[in-house]
Order: sequence, then C-alpha cells, then structure tokens
Amino acid sequence: MPPVIAFENVSKVYGAGATTALDDVSIEIVPRAFVAIVGQSGSGKSTLLGMINRLIDPSAGIVRFEGEDVRDLDPIALRRRIGYVFQNIGLFPHLTLAENIAITPRLLGWDEARRSTRADELLDLVQLPPADYRDRLPSELSGGQRQRVGVARALAAEPHVILMDEPFGALDLRTRDSLSRDYRKLHDTLNLTTVMITHDVIEAVLLADRIAVIHEGRIAAYDTPQGLMAGTDNPDVSALMDMPRRQAERLTSLMRNGNGS
Amino acid sequence: MFRDPAIADAWSRLPDYLGQHVLVSLTALALGLAISLPLSLYAVRRPHLRTVLLAAASIVQTIPGLALLALFYPLLLGIASLTAEYLGFDFSALGFLPSVLALALYSMLPVIRNTITGIEGIDPSLRRAAQGVGMTERQSLFMVELPLAMPVIMAGVRTAAVWVIGTATLATPIGQTSLGNYIFSGLQTQNWVFVLFGCAAAALLALAVDLLLALIERGAARRRRLPVAAGLAGLAVVVALALWPSLTAQRSGYIIGAKTFSEQYVLAALIAQRLEAHGLNASRREGLGSSIVFDALAANEIDAYVDYTGTIWANAMKRTDIRPRAQTLADVAAWLKSERGVAVAGALGFENAYALAMKRSEAERLGISSLADLARHAPQLTIAGDYEFLSRPEWAAIREAYGLNFRAQRAMQAEFMYPAAGNEVDVISAYTSDGRIAQFDLVVLDDPKGVMPPYDAVLLISPGRANDSALLAALKPLAGAIDVTLMRQANLRASQGEPPERVAQWMAARLKK
Repeated sequence: MPPVIAFENVSKVYGAGATTALDDVSIEIVPRAFVAIVGQSGSGKSTLLGMINRLIDPSAGIVRFEGEDVRDLDPIALRRRIGYVFQNIGLFPHLTLAENIAITPRLLGWDEARRSTRADELLDLVQLPPADYRDRLPSELSGGQRQRVGVARALAAEPHVILMDEPFGALDLRTRDSLSRDYRKLHDTLNLTTVMITHDVIEAVLLADRIAVIHEGRIAAYDTPQGLMAGTDNPDVSALMDMPRRQAERLTSLMRNGNGS
Repeated sequence: MFRDPAIADAWSRLPDYLGQHVLVSLTALALGLAISLPLSLYAVRRPHLRTVLLAAASIVQTIPGLALLALFYPLLLGIASLTAEYLGFDFSALGFLPSVLALALYSMLPVIRNTITGIEGIDPSLRRAAQGVGMTERQSLFMVELPLAMPVIMAGVRTAAVWVIGTATLATPIGQTSLGNYIFSGLQTQNWVFVLFGCAAAALLALAVDLLLALIERGAARRRRLPVAAGLAGLAVVVALALWPSLTAQRSGYIIGAKTFSEQYVLAALIAQRLEAHGLNASRREGLGSSIVFDALAANEIDAYVDYTGTIWANAMKRTDIRPRAQTLADVAAWLKSERGVAVAGALGFENAYALAMKRSEAERLGISSLADLARHAPQLTIAGDYEFLSRPEWAAIREAYGLNFRAQRAMQAEFMYPAAGNEVDVISAYTSDGRIAQFDLVVLDDPKGVMPPYDAVLLISPGRANDSALLAALKPLAGAIDVTLMRQANLRASQGEPPERVAQWMAARLKK
C-alpha cells in the first residue's frame, strides 16, 4: 500500500541555524494506520505533526501527502482536507457546539442544512445527544465533553487523515481512558489514518499500531508496540519503554498475587 | 419649576441645542469609527504601522479639545479658499464640518487602542485552531478574532462616544450649536441655571448613549436579538428626536454672530430683534472665538456682529501705534472695506476699552478724575489688574506717559477685583462698558493724553451683505444710539442673570433716537 504521508529526509532549523528541531527524518505512514509520536518536550514531535498540514514548512527535504509534495498544495485547502485535534481543545468560545463542529464544512461552502445534519451526526457519534447539546456554548461543557466536540470538529469535513496534538493530555485519567478508547473505535470504523502526538508512552502502547520515538530531532525508533516492548539496542528507546514494561510487570504480579490469595 | 423664567428659557432652547449636539456628535462618532476600525484591523498584523498609529492617536488625544476644534477652522478655511480658486466651489469652514472632523479625530484613540489590544489579547491557541481548521488570515480575523474582541472594542466605542458627546460642548466657539451654548452663554451672563442645564443635558445624553451601546454589546455577546434590537431602536429614537427640529425648522435669513461675553450676547439679541421687527429672518451664532467670528464674517458665514476698533486695529491690522478715537475708527473702516470687503454699518456710540477705575467716593475725596490726577496720589495707592491687563502694552504705556508708580500692584480675577475696589485695593483695571462700574459705583478715570487705545463698538456687515439695503436700513438706526451708560446698565442686568433677549428689549426702548 502506498503511504498516505511520507517524510523524505526532512529537516527543520529555527532561527539562523540556532536550533535544529528535526534532523534528516524519513518515515512513511500507511493508510488506516494509527501512529503515535512519542518523545520528550522539545524533541521535535510538534514540528513533525505541523509539517503534515503545512502549519510549518520544512527547511529541507520533502513531505508528501497522498503522494504529492505538500509544497505544491494550497495550505488552506490542505488543512481543510485533514482533521486536527488540538492539545488545548481550541473550541471557539463564541460559537455553539454545532457551529464549532461545522466550521470546516462552512469554510468549504456546505449549505446550512447539510452542515446542521452533519453536526448532529457527529454529536451522536461522540455520544453527546444533539437535541441537548447542539445549541450550547463550549463554556457549558466539562473538559472531556469539550474534547469529544474537538474530535467531532476534526471529523466534520469527512477527512481520511486526523492529526492529534496531545489530544487527551489535559483530561483526568478516567475521561482520558474512555475518550481514547472511543476514539480508537472511531478510527477503525471510519477507516481513518491517525497521527497522534503524546508524551504518555503507555497511551501510545495501548492505542497505536506503530510508534515513532523522536529523540533530539531524529527518529530513534519506528516500530509496533510489541516490537518496542520486546527491547531494542537503542539505549534512549529502551529507557523510554522501560517504564511501561515495569508498570505492566508490576500490575501483572499484583493481579496474580491478588487472584492467588 | 417650569415657571422659573430661566428654566423655561432653557427648556425652549433644548430641541435646537440637543438636536444639533446629537447630530454633530453622532456624525463625528460614525466617521471616527468608519476610519479607525478598518485602520486598526489593517494595522493589527503590522507591528510598525501599529506603533505609528497608536502614537499618532495618542498625540491627538493630548491636544486640548478646545484647541483641536479651533485648529480645524483656519485649516478648513484655507482648504475652502483653495478649492474655490482651483475647483470652483467652496464650503462652509464654520460650525458643522470642523466640529465633525475634530471630534472624529478625537474619537479614534479609544477605538484603535481597544481594537488592537482586544485582538492581541485573544488566546493564541484559538488563532492556531483557526489556522488548523483551514481558515485564511482574513477568515480568522473576521470569524474568530473580531467577534471575540468585540466586548473590548465596544468598550472603546463607548469611551469614544462619551468623550465625543462631552467634547462636543466645546464646538460652540467655532460656530456649531451644541449643548455647549448653554454653558458658554451661561458662564458669561452668570446664568447658572443655563450652565447646570447644559452640563446635565450633555451628561445625560452621554449616559443614555453609553447605556444603549452597552445594551447592544451585551445582547451581541449573548447572541440575543432582543437587546440588540432594543439598543439600536433606542439609538434610532435619539437620532430621530435630534433631527426632528432641524428637519422641520426653517433656518434661513441673516446670521448674527456674538463673541463669548455677555455684552456680545445682548447686542446680538438686539440686532436680531431689530431685523425681525423689520420683517427679516434672523438667527444667532453665539459664543464664537474672537478671531473666528471675524474670519467667519469676512468669509460670509455670518452676516453681522459687533466688534471693537482696538481689537481689529491690533489683531487684524497688526498695528501697535495709538491714534485718536475718530481717526482709529476711520482707519479701521477704510482698512476693512479695502482689505476684507467688510462694511461698517456704524459705530454704536460707546467704547469697551481698558481703563482705570476707582470707587466714586474715594475719587471725590482725593480729587481724582483723570490719570494725571492719579499720578500725584499713586505712591500711596495700590492697584489691582486682571491677569491679562498687567501684561498688556497699554499698562506699560500709561505708566510711562503719566509717571504712575503705585505702592503695590496685584493680579486678581475680575469677579473679585470689582468688589475689592475701595476696600482691599484703591484702583482697578476695568472695561469701560462693564456693568459692574455702575454696580459698585466706580468712576472711570479720564485719559487726557490719549494713551489708551480706543475700542469703539462697531457694527460690521459681511462682504456679501455690504450692499443689502434692507439689512442696512434696519441696522442704520443703531449707529450712535447706545451710550456707555446704557451699555453698562444693560451689561449689569445681563450679568445678574437676566436673559440677553430681555435685556435687549429693555435697551431697545432706551436707544437714543
């Protein structure tokens, strides 16, 4: 299967050569993959994500979207083809939930009736009954409900690709767990390709099909969760994967002892 | 309370004054918004332009309102003469136009500042979200940033509205009727009812407009149609009420100007009443600045007013020498005719000059009737002058000519100077037609050497009306008809709160035939 997103020797330098955010990165993301990008803050993962929909342009190398060099695509049109879920949710506080969800369709010129039907469908999809929620303002919702709307907004214009920038980071653990599992189901049923940034390795391991580990602007590993958990010779990656492994082992032993007593 | 004549008089002027006030301030506000809103939106993403714009608007704000308004008059007069010469049309540089332009400029700072800070204050993550969902810069500005900044912008608009409505009271001296007419004429004629009425009306108007704008703002923020509609309807009612009198009233005929002191109000009323008695329509533009009223007459924007030979001699003709009274009058009339085309309908018969005055009893006891007599006693006496007099060339001239050396000299506010004569001080500077000379029983000392420049009151006619026989026939009888005693008594009445119109009627019955 040809990749939907491809990075070919991409580098990004900020300022006059002062900071190298990405250094010669090449990866491919196949259709319907759920890819998590993990790494410490400042490792370059936000830069990587932003290059896909041209919020950031590379200093060198080529980013391809569905085979085309993104530099040949109109950035505005490209962004409208790709769903984006923001770290701080970023709902527009002056618009109702239905208007927030239908914002990209509105930019694409959908008519009012089609937008409103679509907003209701999506509210249903993220389990917020439209009759109750359609006309509310974001300020009336809890954090978890808001990010459900954030996901609905990303899906509104029927994109095939969703980019997520630490989408569940600000939520409490239970909300985060249910929301991320619900999203994974949507990913599968809607045949999406998802690229998600997270600093939570456990979240990445539990959700993603493949994990890209970024360390100091370079791809330190790009593998399945199973592959990474099995161990690598890269000490940085091993250190990163060590924590979920230890926690899993501890939990397993706790449950075994609990069952045995 | 409506039976009090001053209050009834104030009420009767309200439709005109309030209507004009609303008209000029809302036009200025609309023009100011039409310029400053797009300008700030254009500048908000351009840091250099933004800095320049904010600095310029701040500098405008530091210019006192009165000065800003007054500056626009000569500016527009110059432009009007240029367009008349090169484009074949001119426009009135008096009143509405300069007021609207100055007030519009004045309204810009709060709008620009609040628009820029309002948009800059928006959570940057929302701007990124707008970009991420596929908005262009423009869509981000109009769909996200502007609506979110609206409360801050509206706060700026409300500040601007209150400023403009308050500052519009200062449009009176450049010939724009406003609620300031109450204040300027009230201060001159000691009519405190008028002053308070003007202040209260302006404050209430500002409050009302502010509340209506607040209603619109809150309605818009909560996306409720009703308060927005109610606020807009309220504004529409204010505008309709304001425009009603100016749409229905006939404002034609002769325009009589008056400067900012009570004698001028009385004489303008007297002139207007004479014209009406002759079946001519007359309206008054009162409270005009001294040089503005002269320029306005020369530019045919008003038709007649009373000025003083000494004022024209010094200010318009730039003369510093002193000539006898009759010769000054002749020179001024000839100069006005040849240089400005202004006609002198006649000297009214009195002077409003600077003079020294003493308590009558004291002057008689010391045997002083002239400045020459005064010189002999001056070393034992103290003099008080108003702040302006003691720095004028007249004061230096008489001290030198008569060898006046007082024991002490003090600067005083005119209000305190007259009662002090004969008590705290012996001699004061006075205006010869001032009503308080009679009130406090003072005598004006003669000037046998003719050192004080003459200030004959002269009735001036605009170039366009210089050959208007109906006007001249109505006004001719005023020439030589007012002696200084009559004018003093009239000024005394006016300064004690009698309306200028009634003082003018009182005078008309006592004119020298």
